Amino acid sequence: MNIFDRIMTLDRRWVFLFLAIVCVVTYFIPFRIPVTVDDEVEVIYEFVDTLKPGQIVMVPLDYDPSTVAELHPMTYAIFEHCFRKQLKVIVTSLHPNGPGMAEQALLDVADSMKLDRTYNGVTYRGREVKTGFDYTFLGYKPYPALVILGMGQNFRLPFPTDYYGIPLDSLPMMQGVQNYDQVAGVINVSGTSGTDYWISYGQGRFGFPLALGLTGVMGADYYPYLNSGQVFGLMAGLYGAAQYEELADNAGPAIDGMRVQVYAHIVIIMFIIMGNVGYFISRREKNKKLKG
Amino acid sequence: MDFGTFLWITLGAFLTLSTFSFLYKDNPFYKIAEHLVVGVSAGYWVVILWYNGLVPNLFQMLNDGDWYYLWLNSSRPWYLIPAILGVLMWTRFSQKYAWVSRWPLAVYIGMGTGVAIPLEMSNRVNKQLYATMVNINWESFWGDGFLDAAAGYSQIIIFVGAVAGLFYFFFSKAHTGVFGAVAKFGIWMLMIGFGASFGYTVMARISLFINRIQGLHGWGTAAFDVSNPNHSGWFLAFFWLLILGVAAYVVLELVKFIKHRAA
Repeated sequence: MNIFDRIMTLDRRWVFLFLAIVCVVTYFIPFRIPVTVDDEVEVIYEFVDTLKPGQIVMVPLDYDPSTVAELHPMTYAIFEHCFRKQLKVIVTSLHPNGPGMAEQALLDVADSMKLDRTYNGVTYRGREVKTGFDYTFLGYKPYPALVILGMGQNFRLPFPTDYYGIPLDSLPMMQGVQNYDQVAGVINVSGTSGTDYWISYGQGRFGFPLALGLTGVMGADYYPYLNSGQVFGLMAGLYGAAQYEELADNAGPAIDGMRVQVYAHIVIIMFIIMGNVGYFISRREKNKKLKG
Repeated sequence: MDFGTFLWITLGAFLTLSTFSFLYKDNPFYKIAEHLVVGVSAGYWVVILWYNGLVPNLFQMLNDGDWYYLWLNSSRPWYLIPAILGVLMWTRFSQKYAWVSRWPLAVYIGMGTGVAIPLEMSNRVNKQLYATMVNINWESFWGDGFLDAAAGYSQIIIFVGAVAGLFYFFFSKAHTGVFGAVAKFGIWMLMIGFGASFGYTVMARISLFINRIQGLHGWGTAAFDVSNPNHSGWFLAFFWLLILGVAAYVVLELVKFIKHRAA
C-alpha cells in the first residue's frame, strides 16, 4: 500500500483530531488576523451610525442556542452600537427559543453600558440602559407571518404587553410608536427561515429598510435579496460579525475567533487537496494495472 | 460567580465533551446529551407555546366568561371558534373520526395560502425576476473593485447564469448540442453557488467549535479564578472530577483498542 492508498483509507477520526488540535492551539496563541470589511456589512454599520439619538431600530432575534456561536456576536455588537448612539431598540423574536437569547444579550449589554468605553476614538460615558426607556422587549408570539403583518398595523395587536407583562402604552419609549412607520429600520438577526417572513411580509408589505444578520449556512442563499434591493445590508456568519465588530471598534468573540477560522480553513483545504490527489493517483494506478 | 452557576457551567462542559465524543464513536455519554437536547427543547417549546399562544390568545380573551356557560357569555365568544377548530385537530388520533381533522386543516391552509400567495409571489418571485433582468450598466462595465455586483459584466453573468440554470432543469429535451452546452454552463453556475454555500457551511461549523472552545476555556478559568469571592474547593473538585472522568474514558478506550489490535 503506497502513500496515496493510505490517504484514501485514512480513518476520518485522525482528520477530526488534527483539526481539533489546530483549532485549540490557535485559540490559545494570541494574535490578531486583519479583518477586511465588505460593503454589505459597512452599510449596516453606517445606517446605525448615522441615525439621530432617540430614533428607533427594530432588532428581531430569530435564533436559538444552536446558532448562538455565530449570531450572538452580531447581536451584542449591534446592541452596543445602538445604545452608545442613544438609539431606542425594539426587540422581538419569532422563534420560540429566541426570547432567552434576546434577554441574555440585552442584560449583558446593559451591564456593559454602565462602563465608560472608547470606540473609534470617541469616549462614551457609562449610563444605565433600562427597559421601557431605551429598549422594549416584546418577546415571542407564534405564527411569524401574522405577527409581522399585525405589527405593521400596530405593535399592540400581537403584543399588548412587553415580555415582562407591562402594557406597551405604559412604556415611555412606546408613546406615539404605533407601527413600522415610527421605526428607522429593521435588522433581523436570524438562524431560521423567519428571515423569509421578514422579507415577504415585512419589507415587501410595508417597505421599511431591512438588513440581515444570518448564519454562515444561510448566507449564500440571501445574497440575491441584496442584489434585488430588498435588503440593504447583509452579515453572514462569524466573519460578518467580525466585520461589524471591526467597524464598531468593539473587538469581541467574532474577531477573537477569526484566527482559528483561518487556520482551520487552511487545514480543511489541505485535506481536500490531499484527498483529491490521493483519489486521482490511486485511480490512475488502478487503471494502469487493469490495462497491464 | 456563585457555586450554583458554576455547576450549570460544569454540566454544559460535560455535555459539550459528551457531544464531541460522537466523533470518536457512538457511546452512552453522547446518547445522554442527545436525548437531553431533544427532551429539553420539546419541553421548553411546549411551555413557551402555552404561555405565548394559548394563554394570551385564548384563555385571556375568554376569561370574563364562565365555564358553566361554556364561555359563551364572554365578551369575545368568537374566540371559541378557533378553540373548537384546534380541538378538532386531535381527532386524527381516532381512525373513525380522523376525517374531521380535515376541517381545521382546510381553514388553516386556506387562510395561510390567502395571506401567502400575493406577498410571496411579489417578493420572492417577481422582484427576483426584475433583479435578473436589469439594463446592462455599460457606463461602468467593469464596476468598482473586485466582483462588483452592480457592474455591467456582473449583470450579464447573473442573467446568463439564471437562464442557463433554468435550461439545466428543462428535461423535456435531450441535453445535446447547443442546448446541452448551455445546460452544462447552467450546472457549472449551480455548482459555484453550492460551493459558496459549502464554504459558508464550513465556516459555520468551525464557528460552533470555536464557541465551544471559548465555553470550555471560560469554564476552566472560572474553576481556577481565586479572585472570585465565592470561589471554594468545590469548584476545583468538580473541575477535576470531570477531567478525570474524561481521562478514564480515554484510557479505557485505549486499552480496548490495544487489546483489539493484539487479538
